[in-house]
Amino acid sequence: MIQMKNLSKWYGDFQVLKDCTTQLSRGEVMVVCGPSGSGKSTLIKCVNGLEPVQEGQISIDGQPVTGRGVDLPKLRARVGMVFQHFELFPHLTIVENLNLAQIKVLKRDVTTATSKSTALLERVGLKAHAHKYPIQLSGGQQQRVAIARALAMDPIAMLFDEPTSALDPEMVNEVLDVMVELAGEGMTMMCVTHEMGFARKVADRIVFMDGGEIIEDVKSEEFFSAPRSDRARSFLSKILQH
Amino acid sequence: MFDLDPSVIVRAMPALWNGLKFTLLLTLVAMSVGIVVGTLLALMRLSGNRVMRGFALGYVTVMRSIPLVLVIFWFYFLMPLLLQMTFHTERPVQIGPVMTAFVTFCMFEAAYYSEIIRGGIQSISGGQKQAAQALGLRPSQAMLYVILPQALRRMLPLLLTQTIILFQDTSLVYVLSIADFTGAASKFAQRDGRLVELYLFVALVYLVICYLLSRLSKRLKRSTERTA
Repeated sequence: MIQMKNLSKWYGDFQVLKDCTTQLSRGEVMVVCGPSGSGKSTLIKCVNGLEPVQEGQISIDGQPVTGRGVDLPKLRARVGMVFQHFELFPHLTIVENLNLAQIKVLKRDVTTATSKSTALLERVGLKAHAHKYPIQLSGGQQQRVAIARALAMDPIAMLFDEPTSALDPEMVNEVLDVMVELAGEGMTMMCVTHEMGFARKVADRIVFMDGGEIIEDVKSEEFFSAPRSDRARSFLSKILQH
Repeated sequence: MFDLDPSVIVRAMPALWNGLKFTLLLTLVAMSVGIVVGTLLALMRLSGNRVMRGFALGYVTVMRSIPLVLVIFWFYFLMPLLLQMTFHTERPVQIGPVMTAFVTFCMFEAAYYSEIIRGGIQSISGGQKQAAQALGLRPSQAMLYVILPQALRRMLPLLLTQTIILFQDTSLVYVLSIADFTGAASKFAQRDGRLVELYLFVALVYLVICYLLSRLSKRLKRSTERTA
């Protein structure tokens, strides 16, 4: 479904991605982890072309993301993305947040879009907040709206970029619950996250990155029971200590 | 002490009222056109196209470096000659004071509004743009539906402050002998020899209007700070 081949990316002289190759099959859940600054967020933003790469190829569902003449907006419309800081549109109500791209990109009419939005808001338990503004909601609620907004586009895959990192601890679970449910329904997901409990529970594969390189790319059980590399071992011991 | 005669204001009232209407109309038109053109200039300034960027930068720099009175003079005296040369007419094509006032104020204010709007656009976080793009919106759609509405809302207090300055600056049209609010008062004051009463009254009206507008601007500022 998603293929990344020999990706390299530089910011000036600094190489943020070093020859990264991995792939994601339909219905698979991949968790990307690693210390901060290891390039995980950059990698996930390359998948839908929010960050350009200098070398390598990416394709989604057989369609190239990299290279000349790619209609990126059309491609992005099919891949949902959830950001660390939610990025809801503050000047629009919740339901308008969900409607905007449905109407402007998918050309749905307002009634169709609204009923789709309402159904999704109900699913994430926020139907009652449809006509509020993002600022009136808690962080956890905002992130659930952001997930619903991405789902409103009927995506073939979902990308999560540290979806719980900006949340207060007591709100992490309400967001993870939605993600677990989504994974259970067979959604293809790529998640950058530090939530190792979540990773253990739903991830099929773990990609461990450090210094812009993919150090390990293994089945989830394998990663947690017997990490092959020293770096992954030391990362896990730090993160699982408490 | 002056011997004040308020009745002169009553006598001048119809003319003053017409003058005030002209002043308000000029302010309103220059504000509306200024904000629309200013937005376009701001978008050009931020675009990837070098020619557009250069044009907008040049325009804004020139307009902001020349006193408004000079812009008015230039337009009033030089544009007729320019039009004559362009269209090879027998005589200079007169534009007239009123048309000159409207066009120059719109052009001049556009430069100032554009700088405010550009600042507003740049103040919206990159994450908003990424979120819009991730949903499949094209760059122009992201700008129109996501970035610009937020930028304009955030800059509302500053736009209003600029409009207050514009409202006061419109009195400069006296150099074209237009009977705007100040101009009308000036004519009466000099004819009747009642400078003190009329200029006092006119100043008071400007004061009241500007004070109310600046109060509104402060309130807007507080409310945008709450939601931003």
